[in-house]
Amino acid sequence: MRRNGPLALIFHTIFVIVMVAPILVVCLVAFTPDGFLSLPTNGFSLRWFRAIGNYPEFIQAFWVSLGLGALSSLVALLFAVPAALAIARYRFRGRDALAALFLSPLMIPHVVLGIAFLRFFTSTGLGGSFAALIIAHVIIVFPFALRLTLAAATGMDRTVEMAAVSLGANGWTLFRRVTLPLILPGVISGWALAFIQSFDDLTMTVFLAAPGTETLPVRMFLYIQDNIDPLVTSVSACVIAVTLTALILLDRFYGLDRVLAGKGDPGR
Amino acid sequence: MSAVAEERNARAPWALTAPALMLFIGVLLIPLAMTVMLSFHDWGQYKGIEPVFILKNWREIATDPYYAEMFWRTFRIAILTTLLTALLGAPEAYILNRMSGRWKSFFLLVILGPLLISVVARTLGWALLFGGNNGLVNKLLMSLGVIHSPIPFMFTETGMVVALAHVMMPFMVLSVWAALQRLDPQIENAAMSLGAGPITIIRRIIMPQIMPGVLSGAIIVFSLSASAFATPAIIGGRRLKVAATLAYDEFLNTLNWPLGAAVATLLLIALVLIVIGSNALIERRYAEVFR
Repeated sequence: MRRNGPLALIFHTIFVIVMVAPILVVCLVAFTPDGFLSLPTNGFSLRWFRAIGNYPEFIQAFWVSLGLGALSSLVALLFAVPAALAIARYRFRGRDALAALFLSPLMIPHVVLGIAFLRFFTSTGLGGSFAALIIAHVIIVFPFALRLTLAAATGMDRTVEMAAVSLGANGWTLFRRVTLPLILPGVISGWALAFIQSFDDLTMTVFLAAPGTETLPVRMFLYIQDNIDPLVTSVSACVIAVTLTALILLDRFYGLDRVLAGKGDPGR
Repeated sequence: MSAVAEERNARAPWALTAPALMLFIGVLLIPLAMTVMLSFHDWGQYKGIEPVFILKNWREIATDPYYAEMFWRTFRIAILTTLLTALLGAPEAYILNRMSGRWKSFFLLVILGPLLISVVARTLGWALLFGGNNGLVNKLLMSLGVIHSPIPFMFTETGMVVALAHVMMPFMVLSVWAALQRLDPQIENAAMSLGAGPITIIRRIIMPQIMPGVLSGAIIVFSLSASAFATPAIIGGRRLKVAATLAYDEFLNTLNWPLGAAVATLLLIALVLIVIGSNALIERRYAEVFR
């Protein structure tokens, strides 16, 4: 294959700069020593990071987001792992339709989901509660949990299971001691990707969150609506740092391209 | 495939998928059906929501030019965003694919990574870069001599398209990248040995083969841009409404839920039709590539 020419490399350099610029500028502005938005030209300062401490609503929103992401991804896996095993192993009537239904939250705009959940939870008396947020987030992260578990279950070496069965293992023992350890990398990556999706969701959550159950993206969004100041950039910088850490871990253990390409769609 | 478990118990797959199926019926399909129903209810400033079956909201959307303009703006922004990501993302994926191992995975991480970074943070970055008439973007473009007077980016469709294209770019690069993985590099060499120049190779060899990737990327980018909320809300401000931000306003500010539900239902139906329609078109046109 031929190498990239100089023109291609110039294009590539500009492309990468533009992709990184908005993220970089948020992180740089977060270190400004000034009281207004400016790129730090006269020294770096941590004053806006310290200022976050004076806004308990951001701290609380952070804990809500963290708990919501961790819990909803876990609950989604409890439903997704058996479903993935069934879809990966059995050819049954309605299999494709089921798979399509389980992946459908990817297709439905989050604004529509937000409205549907708002309507549903208000009429069932759960409106604005943390439980409602968990249920809603389980639905939106389910496809991500399912995809990676499905990929692991499809690629699994079944002969190990057969050996275990021939040695007398069955049911729960078979699952706990043989199947689960074999698909665990996929399950953990599914959890991590689901967590990131839940942690970042704004569009659906903004409909459901009430004071006390506001997530970090919702809090940041409502804050930005009123005014943009260095405080929200330092909060964003912290969010970016959390996501980057998760990303690097995900890349080390699983490979980011595999995670993002979502290998393991049924029927591919 | 073995016969250890498969044939023995035909009920097993249903037992395994039943919990997830119940969950999806109970808290996805029922709420969606309730939303469609809601769009036929009546609403008044003082009486609130009245559970009757009328076409008032749908008639209002069909007749009031405000909604036609808003939907047209939504789709115009989505189309421009899709074009921009295709024009820039496809060549970038191609360049990326020709890089050597270590650089390739590094830049892939840099370009795809933003996909997982908070949309609010990314859009905030653009708001900072645009920032009024003397924002960084305008300063840079003017010092390069590309433009003579500053372009307004904040609270304009131009700004929305630029920021949305940035948010959606990873999807396009990823999709074209996947198509490139199926491409045999020897075909390029064969064309070269037969005397084809670089432009002929790109036009006759590369383009036709990555087109399915570009098109499936375009479908993803289009449907996500048409229903985007965070970026249009932050860059567009309170005046420049798109479908998602209008529905948000009806629900949380005006409290006219039935009308908001009608806007959301229409958006959902339009997107599903467009996505299914273009998928069918692509599969028919490029049937041989997918086989």
